[in-house]
Amino acid sequence: MKRWYMLTVVGRDQPGIVAALTDALFRAGANLGEASMVRLGGSFTIMMMVETEQDESGIRALLGPAGLSLGLKLHVDTIEAHLHSHVEPNVRVTVYGADRPGIVAQVTAALASRGFNILDLESDVAGTPEQPIYVMTIDGHSAESATAIEKLLLPLREKGVEVGAEPLETLVG
Amino acid sequence: MLHYPDIRLKQVSVPVSSFDQALREFLCDLEDTMRASPGCVGLAAPQVNYFQRIVIVDVSGKPGIAHNGRMLLVNPEMVSREGEAVGREGCLSVPDYTGNVARAERICVRAQDGNGEWREYRCEGYEARAVLHEIDHLDGLLFLDRLVSKRELFRRKAYRT
Ligand SMILES: [Zn+2]
Repeated sequence: MKRWYMLTVVGRDQPGIVAALTDALFRAGANLGEASMVRLGGSFTIMMMVETEQDESGIRALLGPAGLSLGLKLHVDTIEAHLHSHVEPNVRVTVYGADRPGIVAQVTAALASRGFNILDLESDVAGTPEQPIYVMTIDGHSAESATAIEKLLLPLREKGVEVGAEPLETLVG
Repeated sequence: MLHYPDIRLKQVSVPVSSFDQALREFLCDLEDTMRASPGCVGLAAPQVNYFQRIVIVDVSGKPGIAHNGRMLLVNPEMVSREGEAVGREGCLSVPDYTGNVARAERICVRAQDGNGEWREYRCEGYEARAVLHEIDHLDGLLFLDRLVSKRELFRRKAYRT
């Protein structure tokens, strides 16, 4: 019986990682689902849904050769998968400022206190080594309006962080 | 309703040439289909397997935005477009996927009505986005052909303010 797994991969970024792994999966008859693959701080990272007849150790064995030659750390978890069930975000939160400890914790604690569900969070450290800038966008689903969410985050501005929230409206046509 | 990957959605529709009873009946059907789909603010003829240059847009149900009411556009033509804004779009023909698309902020479009009379419309913001999304269908284009990244959105926005 086919089952869904979440494959997590981390390794030093280099060309060919995605090709090597997906080729091995394809040859083994596995099916791919939703995935996020991104270079973070010089490492390449993959979170990918994989559907296959194999069990967890079978998947590790089949990806072993590619993982070894590319120096990748692989991790496999059995998951309860739900495709075709995207939740539409209705609020976007943007945050940027001088990089300082605790920005993410403070913003997300405030959001969590109102039941804001984070669907997609991207953050980056830009600027220079001497003057790093932190940039973050969060798309989520909130029972409260963007105006209420922005008001909630306003106290962070006093700490020199630019924060804002705006409604996300999805046109359907 | 056609759903991608049905390749018929990628074909170019032909201009309407006869403004007859059959056309007016089709316009009614198209409007009924749009109204029967919750949250839907526009529909193009090719989405319902009819490959003529006809779209309907009605964003008047959204609070606090400029609109022209119900717009039935036959053989629509762009007169002008200005500015650019990124917004989120989905499509009845592309279930369970949404993405960011850059569209003109203000447009002027001319089109015929069900009787063949030409009329010009000025649209902005959300309504302009809806009109452009629907007219794309007439040229075999889906919003999937125009996706931009979220990063792009943030950069543009940060630059403006
Ligand atoms: Zn559409």
